[in-house]
Amino acid sequence: MDINEIIKPENKVYGKTPVLKDNILHYCPGCSHGVVHKVIAEVIEEMGIQDKTIGISPVGCSVFAYNYLDIDWQQAAHGRAPALATATKRLMPDKYVFTYQGDGDLASIGTAEVMHACNRGENIVIIFINNAIYGMTGGQMAPTTLLGQVTATTPYGRKAELNGYPLKITELIAQLEGTCYVTRQSVQNPAAVRKTKKAIRKAFENSMMHKGTSFVEVVSTCNSGWKVTPVEANKWMEENMFPFYPLGDMKDR
Amino acid sequence: MAEKILMKGNEAIAFGAIDCGCDGYFGYPITPQSEVMETLMKVQPWETTGMVVLQAESETSSINMVYGGACCGKKVMTSSSSPGISLMCEGLSYIAGAELPCVVVNVMRGGPGLGTIQPSQGDYFQTVKGGGHGDYHPIVLAPASAQDMYDFVGEAFDLAFKYRNPAIILGDGVIGQMMEKVELRPAKPRRTDEEIRALCDSWATIGNTGRHGNTITSLALDPQVQENFNIKLQKKYAEIEANEVRYSTYMTDDAEYLIVAFGCMSRIGEKVVELAREEGIRLGLLRPITLYPFPKKEIDSLVPQLKNILSLELNAGQMVEDIRLVVNGRIPVNFYGRQGGMIPDPEEILEVFKKTM
Amino acid sequence: MATQGAIVVDKERCKGCGVCVVNCPTGAIALSHEVNGRGYNFLSLVNPEKCIGCANCATVCPDSVITVYRVKI
Repeated sequence: MDINEIIKPENKVYGKTPVLKDNILHYCPGCSHGVVHKVIAEVIEEMGIQDKTIGISPVGCSVFAYNYLDIDWQQAAHGRAPALATATKRLMPDKYVFTYQGDGDLASIGTAEVMHACNRGENIVIIFINNAIYGMTGGQMAPTTLLGQVTATTPYGRKAELNGYPLKITELIAQLEGTCYVTRQSVQNPAAVRKTKKAIRKAFENSMMHKGTSFVEVVSTCNSGWKVTPVEANKWMEENMFPFYPLGDMKDR
Repeated sequence: MAEKILMKGNEAIAFGAIDCGCDGYFGYPITPQSEVMETLMKVQPWETTGMVVLQAESETSSINMVYGGACCGKKVMTSSSSPGISLMCEGLSYIAGAELPCVVVNVMRGGPGLGTIQPSQGDYFQTVKGGGHGDYHPIVLAPASAQDMYDFVGEAFDLAFKYRNPAIILGDGVIGQMMEKVELRPAKPRRTDEEIRALCDSWATIGNTGRHGNTITSLALDPQVQENFNIKLQKKYAEIEANEVRYSTYMTDDAEYLIVAFGCMSRIGEKVVELAREEGIRLGLLRPITLYPFPKKEIDSLVPQLKNILSLELNAGQMVEDIRLVVNGRIPVNFYGRQGGMIPDPEEILEVFKKTM
Repeated sequence: MATQGAIVVDKERCKGCGVCVVNCPTGAIALSHEVNGRGYNFLSLVNPEKCIGCANCATVCPDSVITVYRVKI
């Protein structure tokens, strides 16, 4: 069959959701952020909650998340997104409120805010992008950087005695009474993307059920910071990140 | 006859918040202002007006909760004291940069560092000149009584929303802790969702019904965009300076000498004026009620009739710099202050003043 | 049931990361030798007869540049 006979509106099975704006993403080629943005946008479209969703962007590469999803956005100071989300949800309980934070934002400078928001059981969604590096500032060590991993501030590899250990913050979050759903996912292949989408949908649904905080970590790549190609980055992630940050649900109640 | 109740200045802040239709208070305990949140938690306004009250994990978090709440077009506030306000300065800069309305109360204590829990006015520079990074100004109101503490909450919210700018109530440990009669005003209801949408839909994050998404940010990587924004901010400040100066005077009509004092020091200053007048000295007092905008014109217009000015402050001399900028060398501008929680009595000040005559 | 598919690529938005290519189960797609206006070797449906319209490529695409069509045959 000629492809022009296939390319007809009635045969369309997948395309860009209208919740995504037309702006070209500023992320590097192959960056996981774009996939996670798309997944969140698709969940918002499928749940029909575009006018009821408030996003809170962090400081870091994804500070500009507000350029890509056509919803109301707040741009937080570094690490403080869970505090903004706390007030937003408590003042507007009928809204779906989520934060979108990287590893530096959430697990370093914002550790107190995320721990206490989760411990209070705020009815919000926290999306945590863990790519084990600071992207926007040029590839420095993150709290989640693996031992031995080379970054701009660990040029000879991360050493425990000098830099401490990589922080499994999601495991800590799962211990908190206030969280109802804590999971670790990834987006490097279609099956992983679909699982992440399911997890994010569940997290959004939870936020209206007064069950507490839902926390979705997405183990991600930063091919520019890691200095590999996008395809190699996905492979490096599977081989090095997944053994230390194993995927799956840690808590679901 | 309106109801009058004996209460602390800090309690007056809490009742002022509830009665002006405040939507949310987010705070962290610190002496000498802890009664603000204690009172709110005891009164439980969420049962009556629906006001949210939350104890945060830190002042950093409190101010960022305020940031989030302000993004939603809500009347939100926090209160703290000097060391806590230092922690909030990052958030205040963001709030000013994002042009959001909010109210912050500082019941000042002595510094630097952990300092003392006793009263001080040592945060004048920090508050009036900005505090956080970048070119911004909060609107600053200086209460001198428990009644002011009660009334200024609503006034500060009105100013904050009029200019979409943070407003700070700069009190001190004296005003926060002392008990006075406070006349309660008729309570204003909180704004409804519809009222907030009508007032704030062009900028607030209240859900993008019938429009594209709003973004609240203080980020502009393009230098020309940032400069344009800064120029716009300065225009707003010029408007505030032109329209919102508040002050009061005491016996200035025939004054040859002037005390300038704010907050608790203006009340002590009034007593000094009375003592001086008993001795035939024509002393008057000007109390800036807004510290930003500062009553420049009002001080300037008094200069021709004055021999000198005494700035009276509970610090090492901060507001005196702003008075000197106004006076610009025409007459002497002297300073007297006590620090570390020490409070001068009127006789002590009169003696100091007489030496400057 | 067999399906035949086709994709439309928004060439100018594609950054040529190639993540789609390794996730294509049939070898229908590849990065082109040509570059787009931003200098990227954009995605191309090089073997249209192999495309089954599974949408794997579009699912993993970070830039949402791929629209997928499918018919039953």
